Amino acid sequence: MLDFETLRLIWWALLVFLICGFIVMDGFDLGIGMLLPFLGKTDDERRVMLNAIGPTWEGNQTWLVTLGGISFGAWSLVYATFFSGLYTGMLVLLFGLFLRPVGFDYRSKLPNPRWRSAWDWALFAGGLVPAVVLSLGAGNLIIGLPFQIDSDLRSNYTGSFWDLFQPFALLCVVIGVALLCLHGAVFLHWRTEATLAKRARRVILWSSLVFIVGFIVAGVWVAVGLDGYRVTSPIDTHIVANLLSKTVTKASGLWLANYSTYPWLLLSPLLAIIGTGLVVFLSAKRHTGWAFLTSCLVVVCVIVTAAGSMFPFLMPSSISPTSSLTVWDASASRYTLNILFFATVLMMPIVMAYTTWVYRVMRGKVTVEDIQNNKNVLY
Amino acid sequence: MIVNEVVELSRLQFALTAMYHFLFVPLTLGLSFLLAIMESVYVMSGKQIYKDMTRFWGKLFGINFAMGVTTGITLEFQFGTNWAYYSHYVGDVFGPLLAVEGMMAFFLESTFVGLFFFGWDRLSKIQHLTTTWLLALGTSLSALWILIANGWMQHPVGAEFNYDTMRMELTSIADVFFNPIAQVKFVHTVAAGYVTGSMFVLGISAYYLLKNRDVAFARRSFRIAAGFGLASVLSVIVLGDESGYTVGEVQKAKLATIEAEWETEKAPASFTLLGLPNEETMTTDYAITIPWVLGLIATRSIDEKVGGINDILANNRERIKSGMIAYENLQKLRLDKLNLQAKSTFESHKDDLGYGLLLKRYTDKVIDATPAQIEEATRHSIPKVAPMFWTFRGMVLCGVLMLFIFAASFYYNAKRTAHKQRWLLRLAFYGIPLPWIANELGWVVAEYGRQPWTIAGILPTHLSASNVDVGQLYLSLAGFFVFYTVLLVIELFLMTKYVRLGPSSLHTGRYHFEQQGLDHA
Repeated sequence: MLDFETLRLIWWALLVFLICGFIVMDGFDLGIGMLLPFLGKTDDERRVMLNAIGPTWEGNQTWLVTLGGISFGAWSLVYATFFSGLYTGMLVLLFGLFLRPVGFDYRSKLPNPRWRSAWDWALFAGGLVPAVVLSLGAGNLIIGLPFQIDSDLRSNYTGSFWDLFQPFALLCVVIGVALLCLHGAVFLHWRTEATLAKRARRVILWSSLVFIVGFIVAGVWVAVGLDGYRVTSPIDTHIVANLLSKTVTKASGLWLANYSTYPWLLLSPLLAIIGTGLVVFLSAKRHTGWAFLTSCLVVVCVIVTAAGSMFPFLMPSSISPTSSLTVWDASASRYTLNILFFATVLMMPIVMAYTTWVYRVMRGKVTVEDIQNNKNVLY
Repeated sequence: MIVNEVVELSRLQFALTAMYHFLFVPLTLGLSFLLAIMESVYVMSGKQIYKDMTRFWGKLFGINFAMGVTTGITLEFQFGTNWAYYSHYVGDVFGPLLAVEGMMAFFLESTFVGLFFFGWDRLSKIQHLTTTWLLALGTSLSALWILIANGWMQHPVGAEFNYDTMRMELTSIADVFFNPIAQVKFVHTVAAGYVTGSMFVLGISAYYLLKNRDVAFARRSFRIAAGFGLASVLSVIVLGDESGYTVGEVQKAKLATIEAEWETEKAPASFTLLGLPNEETMTTDYAITIPWVLGLIATRSIDEKVGGINDILANNRERIKSGMIAYENLQKLRLDKLNLQAKSTFESHKDDLGYGLLLKRYTDKVIDATPAQIEEATRHSIPKVAPMFWTFRGMVLCGVLMLFIFAASFYYNAKRTAHKQRWLLRLAFYGIPLPWIANELGWVVAEYGRQPWTIAGILPTHLSASNVDVGQLYLSLAGFFVFYTVLLVIELFLMTKYVRLGPSSLHTGRYHFEQQGLDHA
């Protein structure tokens, strides 16, 4: 059995990995959902967009479902506190997620234009709502959420849904939505052609611009305005720690402390910025596949930047900093982390291998002719 | 203190959303297997009609699958949103099972479902067949893991309470995996899913035969469904869930309430076929009993007793009192870890801690419970008899009816005259709702029968809920109500439309409506 410190670090890394996996894989599906009514001017064009992701989007969404399961198993208290605290937000997210499985499958099963247009807007909402709620949640995680853990380890959340709409969190929404639109547009550029690809290129331009500006503003905000958190009591990384025995300070700029301890961490935000420039460049040069890979890298760098700045915090508490959940006091037991680690190491490579195979089988551009020739089979 | 209304509304919401989800899951389980069987026949025989069957039933599968996915995410969310204390208290055991379910099953089914629909022209016959089998395997694996998780709620093994972290922690994954309850539940539930899929195909094929259209297509579908359905319904009945009811205290309470066995009878106990259970007098009025049968079913013996309700309640009363001592010493231990006296007392009573927690519903401090409160907690330590008694009988009745339908279909198939038995075809068609009724009633028996616990003997339902506002719950309930109603209407509309259209919806030019030159799609 691996030691407790290593296991908790591994599980922090795996949590970040799964978040990256979800946003990289399902991020472009969400982005394409948001772009659907605007980029697809005709029914055929919209069907091209849907069928570019149709055969694979469901597997992509499973990253989110697995992320939920993993956080439940490895970080139960984080899962419990986050989901119950953000009750209304999570339900809005859930209702948003309802729309895609049925939207994809049902939309083209009837020829009626009103039926199809209604589903197109449902799919739009199915992209926009999760993108907004998830970015809003991420922003609030960085700000700190108003919850308190009592001595029975029951969490009490005191904020309301509307309290989530704080300025910094709203900036995160802008960043998140722009990033996913960029990621979706890059994918479309790669997998479609003609007018649709041309429109996707335009989206790449403006969304990358909005994203870069937003990302830099957020960085400056975190440096000079926003409160960060730091554990001030000594941490023993090998034991089962009593969550409530630590002391935590909250002050502006603390979220940058990790960058002076580990300067290489700076690579992450830098690569995110450079990568975005590269995406625009590669798209302009029509290296669409490479542009997509670079876009995936940008997504990963954005998540690593946020997670890396907050480490070892998973969920800081704004009203009771002591209650903050960290890597060292909110994990599952050593035995469970160990078992789950081996299960993950065994299964995720298999998942990624067959996912790659399915993408290979379904490779190639989707065209308007494909849709017209297979109008009763495709989405 | 936890607001009772929050607990009740959370229970209502979970029950409604889980039962709603369970409208779609069994059909996914059964149809995916039937698709794999049909496509296997296609690959082996090379006959186009079996490919058409796979594709047509696959279309209906897709309509249903989308709803299964949509409503499945809800459940994973709800453990966190509505049952946060549960998630913390048992996340160490329950969470990993959901995580593995995601990695081992959900990825498999959701990755290959796309290829199933879109891979026909891009894959070789064998590759596509493999895809379909992997899809079927994924759905059954997902049932395996969620039923292991559910089996643990019914009979928690392989875990221990840790007073440092205030939660249950996993001690043996093997014990959890090989939990006898989980194994029985898995076979029973998965087979029930196969029955659902078979009844669906059987009934709809019967409809085409009654209408005398696409007869070759319908007869072949009917035949496969009859064979697979008969094997499955026999598994459901022979490997009935009830065989698991003698393991664990809470399972025994389920059995006693199902049978309305108020007093422990001399072995072998008799089986109450019908009657009117009376909660006030604790007797069953107008009972029709069959000697010996219950003892035989429940204990597989003639000399073991089946515990009656009064004995179970008396036992629970003692455990509640012992649980109060466990709780008192746990509090001391939380304040001072070095209190050895408290530690040893706690250790000797800790198996009853959960029973002590039952009192939390009546008094927050637990240790100051009055005799009246202890009595109240005891009375509510098992589910009510009447709902258990009737739902179980309803489920069994549906099962027996389906056994008859499948057996008759199988028999007339063997004689090659099934398509001429109009009474049987009508019965098969009108019998389509039966598996759904049985599934939902079975869900009630299993999960209402677990009350007042979320984790049997460990964590009361009352304590498991999140600290959320009543207002938030009304809002979410309203949201579910609107979404689920609209989605159900749309799903049923599409399903009916495609069922009516039949294989003509494939646009191959070979089927009924196209032959008549009437393109309805």
